[in-house]
Amino acid sequence: MMPELGKYAATVLSSYGISILLLVALAVVSLRRATRVRRALEEVEARRRP
Amino acid sequence: MSSLWEYANPKKFVETSQRVLPWVTVLSVACLVVGLVWGFFFTPEDYRQGATVKIIYLHVPSALVAINAWFMMLLASLIWLIRRHHVSALAARAAAPVGAVMTVIALATGAIWGQPMWGTWWVWDPRLTSFLILFLFYLGYIALWAAVEDGDTAADLTSILCIVGSVFAVLSRYAVFFWNQGLHQGASLSMDAEENVADVFYYPLLVCIAGFVLFFVALVLLRTQTEIRARRMRALMARERMG
Repeated sequence: MMPELGKYAATVLSSYGISILLLVALAVVSLRRATRVRRALEEVEARRRP
Repeated sequence: MSSLWEYANPKKFVETSQRVLPWVTVLSVACLVVGLVWGFFFTPEDYRQGATVKIIYLHVPSALVAINAWFMMLLASLIWLIRRHHVSALAARAAAPVGAVMTVIALATGAIWGQPMWGTWWVWDPRLTSFLILFLFYLGYIALWAAVEDGDTAADLTSILCIVGSVFAVLSRYAVFFWNQGLHQGASLSMDAEENVADVFYYPLLVCIAGFVLFFVALVLLRTQTEIRARRMRALMARERMG
């Protein structure tokens, strides 16, 4: 299944590894901040309700 | 017929983007998985570049998004400066870290690809240099938003920075056409079919580009929602403090 990358295996695999890691990290950081801010806003809005 | 400016209303923007976001996310993940699996596992080696040609599925889409993210930020900044819509300023702010990460991916994969092909990780070629400067503009833009406390002042200053940085976004895109020096090749994608990469690489590359663009759109929608909520939270807390 794994393609034959020959002498360029490290070059190709490190490119994919770094890129996928950065894309996943960006998505996770964005999702975590979105959740944190949404909860914090809900708390502030709940405090303001009579 | 509804106007595009309706989405300048933060509430309307959040409601609409919440409906659209799951679809864009699913489509983006599907395109990324299909494109990268197709490119990595089911395309042949290039007769000159060997297996390193597989890096094209990361390098070209990330570079394309990195440059066009700046143009999206420029458009949003101009809308802010002209019409003072907060959503556009917050969308520009939301896009910057995504564009910066895309620039890092393009620079890193370019350096890794360049080492075996050119015999060097880096060269002060016009395209590479303007791309590095674009990355520094991204960092400056993010830092400026963080450094200025007043939101409107930060939006004004970052909009001006964005207009100045657009010179380097244009240079990153077009340097190869008018600067006949440097190692970087011409465009991989062109309106002229004869200049394009071979079909066997071209179609998975198009799917990857669609995946990266949709990924950018999904993250910008999510992060803009977050910026809108954070702005509302700061306003409510300021009102609380004033009693």
